[in-house]
Amino acid sequence: MNGACTAAEAHCEYVLRLADTSLVAGQRLAEWLGHGPTLEEDLALANIALDLFGQARLLLTLAGRIEGCARDEDALAFGRDAAEFRNVALAEQPNGDFAQTIVRQVMLDAWQLETYSSLVASADTELAAIAQKAVKECRYHWRYSSGWLVRLGDGTGESHRRASAALQALWRFTDELRVADELDARMAACGIGPEPAVVNARWQERLAGVLEAARLTVPAHQHYPWHGKRGVHTEALTHLLATLQYLPRLYPGVSW
Amino acid sequence: MTEDWVLYEVFIRARAGLEHKHVGSLHAADARMAIEHARDIYTRRQEGVSIWVVRSNDIHAADPAEAAALFDPAGDKIYRHPTFYSIPEEVKNI
Amino acid sequence: MYTQALDAQPGAAGADDAEQQARLARFQERIDRDEKIEPTDWMPEQYRHMLIRQIAQHAHSEIVGMLPEGNWITRAPSLRRKVVLIAKVQDEGGHGLYLYSAAETLGVTRAALIEQLLAGQARYSSIFNYPTLTWADIGAIGWLVDGAAIMNQIPLCRCSYGPYARAMVRICKEESFHQRQGYELMLTLARGSAAQRAMAQDAFARWWRPALMMFGPSDAHSVHTAQSMRWKIKRFSNDELRQKFIDATVPQAHFLGLSIPDPELRWDAASQHFQTGPIDWGEFEAVLRGDGPCNRERLAARREAHEAGAWVRAAAVAYAEKHPEHAPAASVG
Repeated sequence: MNGACTAAEAHCEYVLRLADTSLVAGQRLAEWLGHGPTLEEDLALANIALDLFGQARLLLTLAGRIEGCARDEDALAFGRDAAEFRNVALAEQPNGDFAQTIVRQVMLDAWQLETYSSLVASADTELAAIAQKAVKECRYHWRYSSGWLVRLGDGTGESHRRASAALQALWRFTDELRVADELDARMAACGIGPEPAVVNARWQERLAGVLEAARLTVPAHQHYPWHGKRGVHTEALTHLLATLQYLPRLYPGVSW
Repeated sequence: MTEDWVLYEVFIRARAGLEHKHVGSLHAADARMAIEHARDIYTRRQEGVSIWVVRSNDIHAADPAEAAALFDPAGDKIYRHPTFYSIPEEVKNI
Repeated sequence: MYTQALDAQPGAAGADDAEQQARLARFQERIDRDEKIEPTDWMPEQYRHMLIRQIAQHAHSEIVGMLPEGNWITRAPSLRRKVVLIAKVQDEGGHGLYLYSAAETLGVTRAALIEQLLAGQARYSSIFNYPTLTWADIGAIGWLVDGAAIMNQIPLCRCSYGPYARAMVRICKEESFHQRQGYELMLTLARGSAAQRAMAQDAFARWWRPALMMFGPSDAHSVHTAQSMRWKIKRFSNDELRQKFIDATVPQAHFLGLSIPDPELRWDAASQHFQTGPIDWGEFEAVLRGDGPCNRERLAARREAHEAGAWVRAAAVAYAEKHPEHAPAASVG
């Protein structure tokens, strides 16, 4: 991403950040189905995954339209390599134990909720319409994950220890949620994207509130400049994509 | 430390204007969780606009052994029903 | 079916004195009048036990049944197929939950039933001990396994026990898309590339016979059927349902251009039914005993989830005990 790219390229890339974050987070949550701590949690996590895939499909379709190269949702989901994915790296982190999944979701849900809350006023009316739908879903995701984080943080000694460890392990990936880059600034300037400072402030407020209720401390800032939203991912993403894309890559050009 | 969650009964209002109706039960550790689970389990296909959850243990039920004493005496009070009264056919709007 | 192992259990009525005989007779009269039995009503102990076992086996089948299909969620080849598969596997979890709830009305806890499953003491449908090796297996399961399940479940909506019948009504309503999505998936493969057609044929060949076994042993060897039918816990015999399934499915397979892996299959004009070759009941019994291709993996996966979730469940209980005031009341109205 650089200043030289066209408005359409920048626009498409921005939409892909949102789309890929939902896609990759959905893929992770779907891995829980059949393996959750209770049957009830299996159903809850599946519902969140379905919302995320729903968002991803709408956003990928929009990105494909902006791109203008006739790539549909599946071409974009199954036909790109890791470096072309624009999701935040937090979304691709493995599920780990239930605490790690919940901590990841709390941080991600808060970011999506604040981002989509702002995007309902986007100058891109299609994106605004998608945000309108997504913001309701994200509000519930936040309700679910924040409720669980408080239970884990203030539950047993073991659950507190696990939640605390997950928070420490994942905190560095929140750097790119908070730090706006050139593309974020450009999108805000043209009214497509939200004001990064606003999203950041609201995100921090949400996190501080839920961590306090969960008797967890906000970790010290961890500088982490390798940003998934610019295509610089962790090792986890290639494994996730190898699984996700296996069939269309093995049998290209057919319909399923 | 127990890890067994409490059994809750779930009541759903299908749409505004209708009463809440019992739809089933689920397990949850607290009421907030019970409502979330009820939402995720019993309203996946837009079955509701409102949810009640009640701990199953908090429901008091009539004793089935007393069913005859409780319910049979209403059986012969047929004068409580409009069909008990005969009105000539030519009388309208009654 | 999902409760096929019941058919192998011996049954014995336990009425010993005149009063008990009279109660049993009154109970039978209620059932004969198609009255529903509700949780607090008097019921024979054997009725209660048969129901608990049948409902629990059905519930376990739904939960274990999430695993073979769940195996392909992360690899679904399009986003549309992926959301359909997640929704379907999620439904199965929901159905397990409705059924455990129905069983709980009979005075047994879900925790106890799960304990039995994990200890290897409970049965579930043999079909879920077969592996899902290719994407086409997802189509074959939806079409054949759910198709067979629906044949069994629709009559159970009229089962004599109220909570079970109500759960089945809900389940049947929700499952109506399961078989259709499976057939649609097979149709797409059948109309696709040579490799896709081969995948469809291979999956069909592997799932056809296990699907026929889902209905349980032949009526001649099914001791429990008579009592179950008298009590309307079961409404059709294994062989009747199996025949219905075969008659419905063979033309569907022909439409897909699939060949049926049974050289003896033929249309019998006299009876107006398809006739199949013999079913390998030895294999069926081996799978039920625990010696199927995936019995160990399925139970291990359930145990692992249960054990890994123990600290999570305990944490939620601990939190609720510390913060009774933090459990917000439902907003009534």
